[in-house]
Amino acid sequence: MSGTGEHIVKSFETELRRLRDLVSEMGGLVENELGLAVEAVVGRNPASATQAMEQEPRVDALEREVEAFVVRLLALRQPMAMDLRQIIAALRMTGDLERIGDYAANVAKRSIVLNQFTLPFSLASIANMARLVQENLKRMIDAIGEMDGEGALRVWRSDQVIDDLYTTIFRELVTYMMEDARSITPCTHLLFVAKNLERIGDHATNIAEVVHFAATGEVLPDERPKGDGSSYAMIRSQE
Amino acid sequence: MSTALSGSAEVARNGGADRAAAAGAAVPMRIAIRNLEFFYGAHRALKGIDLDVPEKRVTGMIGPSGCGKSTLLRVLNRMYDLYPGQRATGEVMMDGRNILGPETDLGALRARVGMVFQKPTPFPMSIYENIAFGVRLAERLGRSAMDERVQWSLTRAALWAEVKDRLGTPAQGLSGGQQQRLCIARSIAVRPDVILLDEPTSALDPISTSKIEELVDELKRDFTIAIVTHNMQQAARVADQVAFFYLGELVEVGAAERIFTAPKERRTQEYITGRFG
Repeated sequence: MSGTGEHIVKSFETELRRLRDLVSEMGGLVENELGLAVEAVVGRNPASATQAMEQEPRVDALEREVEAFVVRLLALRQPMAMDLRQIIAALRMTGDLERIGDYAANVAKRSIVLNQFTLPFSLASIANMARLVQENLKRMIDAIGEMDGEGALRVWRSDQVIDDLYTTIFRELVTYMMEDARSITPCTHLLFVAKNLERIGDHATNIAEVVHFAATGEVLPDERPKGDGSSYAMIRSQE
Repeated sequence: MSTALSGSAEVARNGGADRAAAAGAAVPMRIAIRNLEFFYGAHRALKGIDLDVPEKRVTGMIGPSGCGKSTLLRVLNRMYDLYPGQRATGEVMMDGRNILGPETDLGALRARVGMVFQKPTPFPMSIYENIAFGVRLAERLGRSAMDERVQWSLTRAALWAEVKDRLGTPAQGLSGGQQQRLCIARSIAVRPDVILLDEPTSALDPISTSKIEELVDELKRDFTIAIVTHNMQQAARVADQVAFFYLGELVEVGAAERIFTAPKERRTQEYITGRFG
């Protein structure tokens, strides 16, 4: 952690480092899983889909390991101040990372169905959204490693763009479905893919809040950037 | 005039503000310490301390050995007057008067500001007399009034049930934890405003420690309490306001909750997380 010395009890220092490493490892795995899942959809690559889904058990195992480790640290070390914040943050981040992994796996699964269809339209907007989500996740995982509250804050603010993109994609896909009923199945899957990506963005902002709290001790305001307007979006067919 | 103004600004600036914000209302201050300096001969043990002790709250004082926290406690009832070569300057205001002034009646001050030490210090007398002795110095009570006072203070100190059948036996026959509660009973028997506790549980087992902590929680309804402790978890458990001292300076003061979750000062952070080097 920035600007502070090491613990007098060295084994505590070692344990805290191990906790950070576990969370970073989990972050790296999830980041990789999302990359593979996006490649499976956008690159129409079934091998990536399988690889992405294979990551899940390891992510789940890491989540359980972090949870058990956190309980142990709380019971045996009675941490205070930034140590306490960091340990609580690890517990919360691991939950969010696990959910991100689930969404990525779901994206990978849908790619397998999608591959059975010839798509008469481009996946550029989904690819664009996926790139932004991946970027945010990557910056987030870097912020975890460095306990960078400012970096986390930047990710927290940038989720708005992803939400806007999701709304755009929603409208786009519904339009395709209205044009051609045969595209309803693949478009529905793509809609879920986009929704999953949007949810991943939200979990990244959750993590941002936690990292910011762990690093600074300050809680971010309730109001977080939220731009998903698809819940209210309606598209009327022309009379 | 200007001192009064700067005084109230001080209240808003230090820990009182923190805690008052948490409680949603301003808490009156029992003791206001301003620019307090303390000397053991030539050695300056306290440096320009400004601290408000809120009424009917527990103020915890933490810091490494030699940081001045016990010294500050000894200033609050002028215990240091017993030793030549020790002196304090600055202000310790209680009810609008500086208790450091020469006109302060030390007997009356110590009746208002009771103190309990690290090791239990029962007098070599019966349990009953341990309490009655101090009361007689301050008040003249009849037999039944005195009985009542003894029962009242032992009850408040959560000891009555354990000793009511052996009030005439020597206090030294009690366990360490019971002796410590007897000392607390003795200090509240004279109905003080403030109780100073100097590491009251460091010589006690965990169960006796819990009983004292429960007692502190109970007593703060009627008394203002200042406790010095080396046990950080204890400070977190019992204190409303926590003050961190280092090398004779008050580094940081604030609501216990904030100090132990998000301290502002780096030295506080390093001390409470066990990083001091």
